[in-house]
Amino acid sequence: MVPDKRGYYNGFGGKFVPETVMAALSELEKAYADARASASFKKQLNYYLKEYAGRPTGLYFAERLTDKLRGARIYLKREDLLHTGAHKINNTIGQALLAVRMGKKKVIAETGAGQHGVATATVAALFGLKCEIFMGDEDIKRQAINVFKMRILGAKVTAVHSGSKTLKDAMNEAMRNWVTNVRDTYYVIGSVAGPHPYPMIVRDFQTVIGRETRRQAMEKIGSLPDCIVACVGGGSNAMGIFYSFLKDKVKLIGVEAAGLGLGTGHHAATLCRGSVGALHGSMSYILQDRDGQIGIAHSISAGLDYPGVGPEHAYLRDAGRVSYVAVTDKEALDGFRMLAELEGIMPALESSHAIAYAARLAKRLRRTKSIIVCLSGRGDKDIDIVRNVL
Amino acid sequence: MNRIDKKVRALRARRKKAFIAYITAGDPSLLMTGRIAMALEDAGVDILELGIPFSDPIADGPTIQEASGRALKGGVTLHKIFNMVKGLRKKSEMPIVFMTYYNPILRYGLSEFFKKCRDAGVDGVIVPDLPCEEASEVKRYARPNGIDTIFLAAPTSPSGRIRQIALSSRGFIYYVSLTGVTGARRDLAADIAPKIRFIKSITDKPVMVGFGVSNAKQAARVAGLADGVIVGSAIVKIIGAKKNILPAVSRFAGSIARAVHGG
Repeated sequence: MVPDKRGYYNGFGGKFVPETVMAALSELEKAYADARASASFKKQLNYYLKEYAGRPTGLYFAERLTDKLRGARIYLKREDLLHTGAHKINNTIGQALLAVRMGKKKVIAETGAGQHGVATATVAALFGLKCEIFMGDEDIKRQAINVFKMRILGAKVTAVHSGSKTLKDAMNEAMRNWVTNVRDTYYVIGSVAGPHPYPMIVRDFQTVIGRETRRQAMEKIGSLPDCIVACVGGGSNAMGIFYSFLKDKVKLIGVEAAGLGLGTGHHAATLCRGSVGALHGSMSYILQDRDGQIGIAHSISAGLDYPGVGPEHAYLRDAGRVSYVAVTDKEALDGFRMLAELEGIMPALESSHAIAYAARLAKRLRRTKSIIVCLSGRGDKDIDIVRNVL
Repeated sequence: MNRIDKKVRALRARRKKAFIAYITAGDPSLLMTGRIAMALEDAGVDILELGIPFSDPIADGPTIQEASGRALKGGVTLHKIFNMVKGLRKKSEMPIVFMTYYNPILRYGLSEFFKKCRDAGVDGVIVPDLPCEEASEVKRYARPNGIDTIFLAAPTSPSGRIRQIALSSRGFIYYVSLTGVTGARRDLAADIAPKIRFIKSITDKPVMVGFGVSNAKQAARVAGLADGVIVGSAIVKIIGAKKNILPAVSRFAGSIARAVHGG
């Protein structure tokens, strides 16, 4: 069973954080264990997931895409149809309920693309919590619509000007804020990253994706799928859909951002090209230079633009259970366009990476085979970026 | 006995408290870091804490973040810092403690890092993102090389953890005076006295107090409670202002030294 008691996934994970927040992590571990065992918590969570967020999401057969590629059948797990437009809400509802249970009055979060920020601001409004979102200045520029949404929802959006001014730096600043206000503040981490118990908590709240997918596959495909493809930045949607299939004969593929190309040095392919290190509270694969300074990631998609990855992915990579591949900015844009033109669905640029890889894979397989893609979010937020490059 | 223990013992014999000064290595240059270190010793600093710059310093406020950024831009690496320390050791027996985040030393290789610490004359290591339960590897390589592992205790640390931290620490225990990141503050935390009293009640190891201590008055107050005072951001700020760095640092450090040492 991973993680173990100390939060390790066979050498990855752990708690590499300042002493000041260690007690808060223990408090969270305990509160989460209590919540997990509580029938009323489960009931509450399911209520909001269903009535508020719009679960279950569909498993849609992308027939025209399949016909065009003339290969394996492609199914889309429609997380893009959830309230706020991405899978992130699955986790923020869970963590907000946890925060309320713990008596916290204020939540903070980091955000890259703004999806997690919007999802956190949304549940903060829903449960009457004060909310502050940390966002890199670079991301504020490229995801202006999400910034505006967070402000409408009553959140304070704090621009982060340090480092690369993207997700990594937003996470640094959120962590510093938490260190300072740890007594009354709940930190809603948005991915399966950070110190234990966050990678486990976020995974658990996202596994609803995989549980539904499994059931729907039996109904719609008549068997488990042959492959599941999901994009990986920190890796929460991938962890959420993979987790229910880890013990099955299903090929699991995580798609990282190859940016301008793996050979260019401008990418965010942590598992494909990174090395082991400690960042943001856990031991995992990271992008770093010879001296252990953290590398600057690059991706057209703000949500994948991160030089780290969740520790459980590092574990699954080394165990050989999940394959990790990478797709360039350009291929992702092709994926975006293809899905829009053939299916009338505009995927988030993050999810477009998974679409692009699934398309490549489908061509090599027969129509008797099936691929499920986790369509983690919708592309409305990316319209400006896409307009500038297409 | 290493240099930290010797220094602490000598100070205790004279009933004096320790003044520990933090500077970021390589800010504004390694050459200057060496000179500033000597100026600090001359001004009465007992132990030098050298910050190893890191790209993502989550326990640091803006002052030290910016200093780290400047140092990294200047091309500072651990390798160069070791050489600088070697040079310093020819002139000074002042105890030197590294403050470094975990990833740079992990990347360097823990075994190699602690060997180099010993060879260069580094006496102890503080790793702000390495709580004591994650430190077994670090202890394993530090101990045989005679390098002290100094752990931080925080205002939020429950008593059980503080006992563990006290047990794991060698050289001294670093008490973080406030709930927050490094940086000069106007006021000391209200609960500082009882917290330090508690730590001192469970251990004989010296307790040094840092984070937020930024002027002579605060330093004197902390010196009255603990075994020593750590001042960082206030010095780094003077260095960052880049005007007559050496005399300005000397003057400020001198005022803190008088406050800490008394009379």
